Amino acid sequence: MISRIRKLVKDFSLGELRGGMRITAKELFNKKITVQFPEERIPISSRFRGLHALRRYPNGEERCIACKLCEAACPANAITIESKIREDGSRRTTQYDIDLFKCIFCGFCEEACPVDAIVETQIFDYVFLDSRKGSIMTKDRLLEVGDNNEREIDKAKEQDAKYR
Amino acid sequence: MTEIWQWIHELLPWFDGIVASIAIILIKAIALVMPLMLVVAYFTYAERKIIGYMQLRIGPNRVGPKGWLQPIADALKLMTKEIIFPSKANIYLFLLAPVLAIAPAITIWAVIPFDEGIYVANLDISLLYVLAIGSVGVYGIILAGWASNSKYPLLGALRSASLMVSYEIVIGFALITVVMIAGSVNLNDIVMAQKGGLLNWYFIPLFPMMIIFLISALVETNRAPFDVVEGESEIVGGTHVEYSGMAFAVFFLAEYANMIFMAVLAVILFFGGWHSPFEGISYLEAGFAWVPGIIWLLAKSSFFMFLYLWVRATLPRFRYDQIMRLSWKVFLPWTIVWIFVVALMTQFKIGPWF
Repeated sequence: MISRIRKLVKDFSLGELRGGMRITAKELFNKKITVQFPEERIPISSRFRGLHALRRYPNGEERCIACKLCEAACPANAITIESKIREDGSRRTTQYDIDLFKCIFCGFCEEACPVDAIVETQIFDYVFLDSRKGSIMTKDRLLEVGDNNEREIDKAKEQDAKYR
Repeated sequence: MTEIWQWIHELLPWFDGIVASIAIILIKAIALVMPLMLVVAYFTYAERKIIGYMQLRIGPNRVGPKGWLQPIADALKLMTKEIIFPSKANIYLFLLAPVLAIAPAITIWAVIPFDEGIYVANLDISLLYVLAIGSVGVYGIILAGWASNSKYPLLGALRSASLMVSYEIVIGFALITVVMIAGSVNLNDIVMAQKGGLLNWYFIPLFPMMIIFLISALVETNRAPFDVVEGESEIVGGTHVEYSGMAFAVFFLAEYANMIFMAVLAVILFFGGWHSPFEGISYLEAGFAWVPGIIWLLAKSSFFMFLYLWVRATLPRFRYDQIMRLSWKVFLPWTIVWIFVVALMTQFKIGPWF
């Protein structure tokens, strides 16, 4: 009986409505948690798999030896490699293309690589301007990404080194 | 006023008779509609910002300082977009629908008294005018649903039509109680009858009616939590599905103009219109005497506009049959009971309101 009366009072004084409105009114003044993206960024794991890069040795020599293990490992067939023997007798790639439309960012290429040449960086906010051609990361572009982000890549790999 | 008239007359002698009266009507209409459209534009900004804040987001803050130019950018975007006609739609009705939606939404403002003597038209039956024009607004939605020749809009329009019909009865009954106390259907007289401070406002004797009116106003304007006309999860965008560009924007304007109107009407009927809340309190009344009535009216109605957004941020959408139940089984009996109570109160002169 008492509980029925209490329910009646609550219903007619719009109890549920008031409870809900109180919560939203409280949240109105709470701190906002939006990250203002281009200016603010959330921390990214060192294992984040973003845009690809080809690395170089400290002396400037490119690491990739055209073993084609990454091409074989790639589940999406996104990697195309052509190679040739250079004048000094070492085998190097003449073509190293990653089609970003095909790539699923699984990171298998990075795991397959015996010389840590191909890596996935923490860059995720890139854009293709010329859509079909722009989606293909050529060797030059991959090396450029590697050169420009050398320090970030080294740091990420160093953090992750003891777990590999 | 007469001196201004004389001055205009000397300056422009031909400005007389029918030309003058038409010009004055036009000026009045423009003076009403332009600020209204501006308020509508910034009401959408306020909505996005307030609901964003309630959801711990920031809301629009990129266009202009703190996003203040966002409504302008939205308007530009909508104006430059293409209007797509469904191939088998009836184009005349398709384009008539937004006009039928916006026309009543603006016309209805003609009778609103903003301050003592500030109105476009002082009708003796202004409350009836409000009810009549307000119910024309649903034609826009029904026509939009039918003319689109598409299933979702039609379903949305049907829902809207049945809701409007049910809730107009409730609103009508709720307004009857106001008329019973005020003894007039002229909005000016209703506001004048609430003169003399907070205790004379009608929300005290008519508290349940005020709640019912505010909730019914949400239904009448198709606002959350009663926005089954749109119902994204069920019927995509309801009547708006086939509309794009400016045709959609006109619907949008009409909806928001109606919302603001309902907020202002609530203030006029239940919260003393342009009267200051400090009337009758000696020091405060004198201290706030310089504030014009229109400021009080807008300040009070902005609270109700905020309430609309607050409710939208709080409540999920009602199920259709629950809205119907609310109307016929809860609100309608209550209004009838309260009409009886108010009749007794008027007969035996209880309280300062009669």
